[in-house]
Amino acid sequence: MKNNELETKSELQEESLLKSTVGRRSFLQYAGASAAVLALVAAGCRKDRNYTDPVAGVTLDFKDDFGVLNYAYALEQLEAAFYIQVANSNPSGFTTAQKAYFQDVQFHEIAHREFFKKALGTAAIGSLEVNFSAVDFTSGASVLATAKTFEDLGVAAYNGAGVRLKETAYLVLAGQIVSVEARHAAYVRDQISNGTFADLGTLTAFGAVDANGLDGALTPDKVLPLAAPFIKTKINVINL
Amino acid sequence: MNIINILDEIEKVDGEIYERLNPRRAAMKSFFNVGKKISLAALPLALGSMFQKAYGQSNPANVTEVLNFALALEHLEYNFYNRALLSTGLIPAGAATTAITTIRTHELAHVNLLRSAITGAGGTPIALTEANFDFTAGNTFGDVFTNYGTFLKVATAFEDTGVRAYKGQAPILKGMPVLTTALQIHSVEARHASHLRQMTAAFLNVPLKPWVGLGANGVSNDTGVPQVDPVYARENNTIQANIEITGINGTAVTRAAAAESFDEFLTGAEVKTIANLFIRTGSKLT
Repeated sequence: MKNNELETKSELQEESLLKSTVGRRSFLQYAGASAAVLALVAAGCRKDRNYTDPVAGVTLDFKDDFGVLNYAYALEQLEAAFYIQVANSNPSGFTTAQKAYFQDVQFHEIAHREFFKKALGTAAIGSLEVNFSAVDFTSGASVLATAKTFEDLGVAAYNGAGVRLKETAYLVLAGQIVSVEARHAAYVRDQISNGTFADLGTLTAFGAVDANGLDGALTPDKVLPLAAPFIKTKINVINL
Repeated sequence: MNIINILDEIEKVDGEIYERLNPRRAAMKSFFNVGKKISLAALPLALGSMFQKAYGQSNPANVTEVLNFALALEHLEYNFYNRALLSTGLIPAGAATTAITTIRTHELAHVNLLRSAITGAGGTPIALTEANFDFTAGNTFGDVFTNYGTFLKVATAFEDTGVRAYKGQAPILKGMPVLTTALQIHSVEARHASHLRQMTAAFLNVPLKPWVGLGANGVSNDTGVPQVDPVYARENNTIQANIEITGINGTAVTRAAAAESFDEFLTGAEVKTIANLFIRTGSKLT
């Protein structure tokens, strides 16, 4: 009986996923059309936005700006989940000031995540399941090291994806977010070792060029494998 | 940043924005009426399409102009830090001198990179030297090279201006490889700003955050230095692409977190007004 229930649920989920995929496809076909058509299709798309099958995963279709925005949405989901767990833990050695600033960062990332979710509407990918088994949330050092990776990687991701954006409004919005991520990165680095806020020589693997004073910039195909160990949900990439 | 504000801002630099969007101004009214019927979720997407149609492939300003504008700001920053480091007794030895030296090195690298990019594109790089600058801004910051606190305030304002300036020029570089380079400079400036804000907070014992927060009573300038108000214009904004970020989707995002989570851009005209306070007559940016 229990098995049957599970099977039935699984079938329903597959069906729901199939429908949602079709919904997104048809939505995207019309994405370049007039505002009115866009709104109609958006209204016509009904899918469970909170459900994601971890095996089938989510698909980032880079053929247009929606793919880039969903890519950013995925990274913001990861960051927000991390800082929420930090807030629920008690990392050793964290000062009152550090706790307060990490809470600030937590809500910045939540704001980014929710912004993309709302802006993308029915075109948004589902919620990702994260995997922080490699992080020791009771250790201040582990939390800071992970935060540094996420922030530096986030900056490189936005810097590398900006050129793909076709819509001016989205490019400006991405710029508005990436500088906040860079402020986070600098703050976190300074907590690990004061003065390392822009230690570009340590960021060459992320595409930084110290001699030219350039920060990291990585294309999505380089970023996603680096983020993958922290994400359980499979992320499919097409049209990159 | 609601849509009408966006259009107003664009109109300041591109007087024909309404004509680009639609030859008949009245037609804009119908768009806004349609907007009311579109769900909030769909509106920002519709907005994007609207701009795409308005500008298409052509840009109102050319790339060399943008790079030279950036170069002027980098000259300003480099000469500022260079003079500060040469001013005996201004910057404490140790971590502070190391940090300012790191920042100066980056600004010089940006100057050299932009110069070669402009030359490579067949343009003429703007030539500015220390003699072209007045870092006291006509005695507004008279002790900038003798008072470390004043120096930190001005440095913070310069970095926050730089971040906002690159952001504002990004649309002109859209889709071009040089955009990536500009973004790579932009985030380095944001890292500098973050560190300088921490240095300022520590030295002056003020609650300045690494990110631009809400000022007292919700004003846009969180530094408490009224002379730099124009640097922080609109930084208290909490609406992005017509979406209110405060409490978004039922979350506990406060008004302060909403303002902090997105940096705002400055238009080229706004940046020039700020930069020209520090540039002597004869070399002012036009």
